[in-house]
Amino acid sequence: MARITASVYTSHVPAIGAAIDLGKTQEDYWKPLFAGYDFSKQWMKDNKPDVIFLVYNDHATAFSLDLIPTFAIGTAAEYQPADEGWGPRPVPKVIGHPELASHIAQSVIQQDFDLTIVNKMEVDHGLTVPLSLMCGQPEAWPCPVIPFAVNVVQYPVPSGQRCFQLGKAIRKAVESFDQDLNVQIWGTGGMSHQLQGARAGLINREWDNAWLDQLINDPEAAAATPHIDYVREAGSEGIELVMWLIARGAMADVAGGPAPKLAHRFYHVPASNTAVGHVILENS
Amino acid sequence: MALDKPYKDVPGTIIFDAEQSRKGYWLNQFCMSLMKAENRERFKADERAYLDEWAMTEEQKQAVLARDLNWCMRTGGNIYFLAKIGATDGKSFQQMAGSMTGMTEEEYRNMMLKGGRSAEGNRYLGEDGDAQPQHQPQGKSHEPQQAAPGKKG
Repeated sequence: MARITASVYTSHVPAIGAAIDLGKTQEDYWKPLFAGYDFSKQWMKDNKPDVIFLVYNDHATAFSLDLIPTFAIGTAAEYQPADEGWGPRPVPKVIGHPELASHIAQSVIQQDFDLTIVNKMEVDHGLTVPLSLMCGQPEAWPCPVIPFAVNVVQYPVPSGQRCFQLGKAIRKAVESFDQDLNVQIWGTGGMSHQLQGARAGLINREWDNAWLDQLINDPEAAAATPHIDYVREAGSEGIELVMWLIARGAMADVAGGPAPKLAHRFYHVPASNTAVGHVILENS
Repeated sequence: MALDKPYKDVPGTIIFDAEQSRKGYWLNQFCMSLMKAENRERFKADERAYLDEWAMTEEQKQAVLARDLNWCMRTGGNIYFLAKIGATDGKSFQQMAGSMTGMTEEEYRNMMLKGGRSAEGNRYLGEDGDAQPQHQPQGKSHEPQQAAPGKKG
């Protein structure tokens, strides 16, 4: 059967993608950030998955205001990197896993989560920046990716609790797939940042790190964080952190298994407007 | 029955909820159109004519022409959509976010390098943090220019 072997959490700031694409990773501004991912790139080589289930949000790219799905699963064979206004990122196209994705869609909908199924879409920095951070600049991404887009652009976004429960359902879905596949689940976005208004630039290092402690050690408590706490403490765009709870909810300990191993933890301010957080948890 | 909107008392922040989204539909869809290179060219060639092709309010058009992102947001714009205007102008996300604070680009960049804006005093309206209405605009971008004394910069 397929199983979830690890979860990866990382911010997905567009400027990080630009820094990689323009060869700026060794500049003074960016060097400390990318140093935090040296471990992760080696870890990816040592722990190459068969499939990545990548939870991210679309930033007014594939979904305009014409259509705003709360949870959307990509079941396509491939996805092209989008032109977000600065031209498409020069990164490989993303190969999907339609068979597993369709299986997960069916199972998760039968577990009462109403997913939108997407057979055609482009993917933006929310999906490609985490791949670049974890894999560097390969000719092709190391494995197929199932994009899972969450609406965190228009309020109300799904609650942390709902996301956490969805993670549990995804775990069950993966484990009911007959092929032996090593699946990683990634949760992306955050951490504290606000991109708008007089309060733009808000960063909350203490709150971010306390939330990371909870995410790792007491995910039920992290999942109970109400929306307004993210807005007040981590900025209006800090709400993206609910996506991390989908990945966390899919880990073994949540279903009564052993606690995960903390393989890596990193935190850095700033990347453009944003606090960058990064965690890798392994199932035993 | 009233909707639950506990985020109305956060200073310097407009939450893009269903109500804002309804107000800003055409403004945001106009922004979306700028993802095509051909449309970016047409917009740059004659901004007013291009805006007039959209069912936006006159105020929304004025806010876009003024590149006043706070004004755009008040009329229903969302930052991820408005970012397409910034991209058309060759601006980074940091330049766009900074422009909403009244700080110069350098002031904003330095604030971020020092760890960003503190949440202290900026959680609720009525406190005394730097994002509160009584402390706007922040920074020097609105100070009179030397070349044109008395005019807004």
